This record gives sequence, structure tokens and C-alpha cells, in this order.
Amino acid sequence: MTDLLNAILQGVLLGGLYALFAAGLSLMFGVMRFVNLAHGDFIVAAAFGALLLVDMLGLPPLLAVVILVPAFAAFGYLGQRLVLNRVMGRDIMPGILLTFGFSVMLQNLMLEGFSANSRRLNAGWLDTASLPLGPFQIGFVPLLMFTTALLVLGGLGLFMSQTNTGRLMRATSDDAQIVGLMGADRRHLFAIATAIASGVVALAGVLMAIKTNFDPSSGSIRLLFAFEAVIMGGLGSLWGTLAGGIILGVAQGLGAAIDPGYQILAGHVVFLIILVLRPQGLFPRQRP
Amino acid sequence: MTDFAADDSTPRTMMISRRSFGRAALALGAAAVLPRLSLAADRVIRVGFVTPQTGPLAVFAEPDAFVLEQFRKGLADGIDINGEKWAVEIIVKDSQSSSNRAATVAQELILNEAVHILTATSTPDTTNPVADQAELNGVPCITNDTPWQPHFFGRGGDPAKGFEWTNHFFWGLEDVIATFTGIWEKVETNKVVGALWPNDPDGNGWGDPKMGFPPVLAEKGYTLVDPGRYQVMSDDFTAQITAFKNAGVEIVTGVVPPPDFATFWTQAAQQGFHPKVVTFGKALEFPQVISSLGERGDGLSVEVWWSPNHPFKSGFTGQSSKELADAYEAATGKPWTMPLAFKHSLFEVVVDALKRSGDPTKPEAIRDAIRATNYDSIVGKVNFTTGPVPGISKTPLVGGQWSVVDGKPQLAIVENGAHPEIPTSAAMRPIGG
Repeated sequence: MTDLLNAILQGVLLGGLYALFAAGLSLMFGVMRFVNLAHGDFIVAAAFGALLLVDMLGLPPLLAVVILVPAFAAFGYLGQRLVLNRVMGRDIMPGILLTFGFSVMLQNLMLEGFSANSRRLNAGWLDTASLPLGPFQIGFVPLLMFTTALLVLGGLGLFMSQTNTGRLMRATSDDAQIVGLMGADRRHLFAIATAIASGVVALAGVLMAIKTNFDPSSGSIRLLFAFEAVIMGGLGSLWGTLAGGIILGVAQGLGAAIDPGYQILAGHVVFLIILVLRPQGLFPRQRP
Repeated sequence: MTDFAADDSTPRTMMISRRSFGRAALALGAAAVLPRLSLAADRVIRVGFVTPQTGPLAVFAEPDAFVLEQFRKGLADGIDINGEKWAVEIIVKDSQSSSNRAATVAQELILNEAVHILTATSTPDTTNPVADQAELNGVPCITNDTPWQPHFFGRGGDPAKGFEWTNHFFWGLEDVIATFTGIWEKVETNKVVGALWPNDPDGNGWGDPKMGFPPVLAEKGYTLVDPGRYQVMSDDFTAQITAFKNAGVEIVTGVVPPPDFATFWTQAAQQGFHPKVVTFGKALEFPQVISSLGERGDGLSVEVWWSPNHPFKSGFTGQSSKELADAYEAATGKPWTMPLAFKHSLFEVVVDALKRSGDPTKPEAIRDAIRATNYDSIVGKVNFTTGPVPGISKTPLVGGQWSVVDGKPQLAIVENGAHPEIPTSAAMRPIGG
């Protein structure tokens, strides 16, 4: 019984990581109806960025976050203004093809620059520290990721509901043309959304670099889990994304407890079941 | 053909211009072919080399550039065969860590480059498809750096006959089992072994209830805890760690890719699992991986196919193992890795066979020369007639343990039961001891 509870507990913590991976994707889709296929590769790029800062400048890993998050946000803003805004429109395909191209380019650039070796960010004592909780042990890093995911998604939720920019974004996602008639600049709003999503991507990348090994080609599997979390939670719903991540993490943990061979499969099967029973996801955003 | 038919209806001037264009193209084509012809007259032997330069296996190919440079320099004056000078050209193709790609580039080497001899290294994904193409097309082929069972039986080899054109040298599953259990004998434990075998050719081979670890472990008095095959590149090993903790496992083993080991090992610490001995194939073979683990890399153990302490020297450059490793580190600034010596030995054996072939234009002559190989290489003696099956030569395998000194990983030989000629350089110690 304890083992089962432990599997669920560790699965929930793992779910935090998946939710963090998915947060940027969820935000971009929620606001712009835009799918970024290079999302996973951007996470890996952030991880390599953290590695560079820590190895070259000798900064503590968490300080790398302070540099990378604004850098990625600025990059995201400019990227949206200069490139992505040109392909936004009724047709979703140009955007998908463009980001697919980004994905291929990024992977190969990273391969060129960092070789195919899998790397890892050493966080010192943080790596192996854990909190005893009754019969369970909770690792610091998974706990950190889970709380980060909570804070990020909660913060985003507040931003979207409480601030003017957030409300404009939601309005834009409902009907961009009408919002334009009201005098809001859609290009700027989209760029803000991408900037926030990119900042979250940087955060996820640094934490991933600490949590597990990564290499230039490990972005696609991240993208897959992120997609599943977003779709299970319901497109465009931030809390749904957290729920989706946790469901995925717990399903994998329980699957592995039955037989390690079922770990990944269990996650995919639960995803399929939810897709069949509730194609709109668990917490779809209400639309007229 | 449709182009010629169209000519009938075109004006005369146009036809002439097309014809003259055709003649020009013909001349151009001849010009492109000519250098190839003159090359043959100059006596050039072309060696094809397939290697995973990119993709997940790229770490194996890291020493490629250094080794190729060494041989291109050493072969700059050509080699003497039967009193005649022959130039040697090595043509390198990237397998991109994919077996399909490896087969394609092997075909290119055979059909387009007309190589005289084909070589490949690093895991079944590279050596097997390349050797298959060589066997199919009747091209002499030498490969290494794949345990011999997956290479030989993986290609449907018949132990009574072997293959006609392909030869391979490396150690086998029986050696790694003997080495691992040899390492474990040296530490006081409760003999409970936890296994992390993934669902891939290596994991299935090592965990095979007949051919793999389980029967030998049972025979030697070990209790095996095998939670089952898992999917590689996993983010979570809680299930395995829980099973190991419940069974009181003190020894953990497996054959996993580096990312999986790092994830497992970090989670083991987080969840309070502290085994005494951790011996893994694949993940722990490379110093880059150990240094990425930091202090947690200290005390981990692995099978060792080659090290600078091995008492062998290159028959090509005359360098000892130590000298080869030092030259590599000085030239690249990177720590030595085991594939370095195997790449080196691969070309050593090729050059030796070519020298003895008599007439390298005859594939049969090269084939027979390879079969008659009895050569002292940087990885030990290579002789394809003394192996467990025809066309296979076994190289020695010993056990090693990593220690992290001032943040730098160092590998010491701690177990040499099967090969006392390779000296041990430290005593095996439990992790944290």
C-alpha cells in the first residue's frame, strides 16, 4: 500500500515537470491558437544555455534562471513581432511548418555546437537532497519543480484574469478582429504572450537540466508529453494543463509499479482514454 | 527516349545545338571519369569506414578524427605490397546512429566508391548492417566494438560455417558476466542483485533467462531482483527503486544509456536507496558521463575493454597504450575513451591484412589475408581462427572502478580474473567506502 502511495506521490511530482513543460505551449495555444512544434527544442536550448552560463561564468544554476528568463522573453517578443506574426492567420499550417523548420534548425545547431553527448547540470547538494515525509522520501528537485509549476501556472492564471493585458489577451483569443476594432494592437499582444511563454520555457529548461540528462535530440519527447498534458487538461486552460501533467505523471508511475515496461505506455493509454471519452479535455475553456 | 522523338519536329539549327550540347556533355562526363581511371593506375586502395558521427551514438565516434589523422599521416607514403607501392585512401561515411542509414552508406561505399575493404565500429546498429552489405556484395569487411553474440547471431550466423567475407573482433556476453560477478566477489555484500535492463537489444540479451545474466547469477548464489524491461529514456525510476529497497538490494547492475543512468542514480539518492556496488555497461563506459555525475560518480564500476594500463602496443605507430592515450589527450584536450583504441586497432588490422594480401585488387586475396590475421594490436591479439565461432576474435575484458579526484574521473582496473596479463591498479571498494 505504501508502495502504491509512493508511486502516486512521485507521479504527482513528475506531473509538475510535465505541466511546466506544457505551460508555455498551453499559453500560446490559448491566446493565439498557435502550435509551436519547436517548443521542446527551445526547452533543450534553454538547458544548454544554463549549462553555458554555469560552466563558463561559474554561476550557481538557479542564478542562471535570472539571466535566461528575461533573455528568452526578449527573444520570444522579437521572434513573434518579426517572424511569427507574419504567419498568423486563419490557416494554422504556415505556423506549424515554420516552427517545424525551427525545430530542425535548432536541433542541428545544438548538435553542431554541443555535440550529441548527453549533458547534465550539476546542482551540487540540491541534486540528491530529500525531505522525509512519513514513510516517503520527497526529493528537493522534484518538489522544487512541482512548486514552480504551481507558481507559474497560478501566476499566469492571475495575470490572465486580473490584469488589463491579460484580459485583452483572452479577448483576442475569442475574437481578434473585434479587439482590433477596439484599438488594441494584436501584434503586440501576441508578442507579449510569446514572451511570457518563452520565459516559462527558459525556466523549464533550466530545471530540466538539473533534473535529468538532455541532448540536442531530446526535445521531441518533451514536446510529446507537453502536448498530452495540454490536450488532456483541455486546450487553453492553464489549470487543466497542470491537471493533465499530473494525470500523465501518475499514470506513468502506476504503470511502472505494475511493470516497468508499462511506464510510458500507461501514460499514452490514459491519454487515449481521455481523448475518446472527453475529446475537449477535462477542463476546456468555456466558449460561446 | 522522348527527348529524341521530340528532335524530329524541331528546326535543324536547334538539332545541331542539341547535338553539340550532347557532345559537350559526353566530354564532361569523360573528364569526370578520367581521374578515377588514372587513380586506379596509380595503385590506390580505398578503405570504406562507417561510423556513427552524429546522433545518440556519437560519443563512440569522438576519437574518429584523431585516429583518421594518425593513419592518414602514417600512410602518407603508401604501403608496400609485394614490392609495389600502394596509396591508401580512407573514405568515411556517417551512419547517423541509424542502422538503415548505415546499410545505405555501406552500399554507396561498395557501389559508388568501389572500396576494396569495408570497415565499421560501434554497436550492432552500425556493424551489423555494414557487415551484411559486405557479405551480400562480396567485399572483405572488418568490424569491431559490438559484443560478438549480437553481431554474429544477430545476423543469423551459423556457428559451424561462419561468414565468408566478414570478420569481427570484440568481447562477448560471457566475458561481461564473468567480469561483473568478478567485481562483485571483491566486496562484502548480501549478494542480492537488482537489475535495470531496458527493452532494447542489449537489455533483452543481458536479461535473457537462458543466455544472459540470470542463470549464471543463480549458479553463483546471487538473488536476482528483476522488475522487468523498461522503456529507455525514462523520467522516473520510482518503481524499480521501490522494488530494490524492499528486497534489500546491495548490488545494482544493468546496461542503460547514460541519461537513464543519471536519472536513476539521482532518484535513488533522493529516495534514500544506497547500494554498495553499482556496475553498469554502456552508461558508465565514458568519462564524460562520470564527470556529469560529479561526486556521485565516485565508486561506480564498469567493464573495461581497454585502458592506458593495458600492456599492449600499436603495431602501426609503435605507441604503448599509455602513449596513445596521452597523444589523444594532448591533441584533443578531451579525456581518453575506450573506443579510441578500438578505432586504432581496426585500421591496424586493415593495414596488416592489406600488406599480406599480395594483390589488393583481388577481393579473394584480401579476404584470405584477413582470415590469416595473427596480429598484436593495441587492444591485444587479433586472430579470427581462434574465436568461439569462425570469423570472430575475442579481445580481453577486465573490470574497472571510477574514482573522482579533484572533480576529474579516473578509471582503475580492479578485476582481472580472466586476464591476469592486464595488471590491476587499485582494490575494489564499496561506494562511499
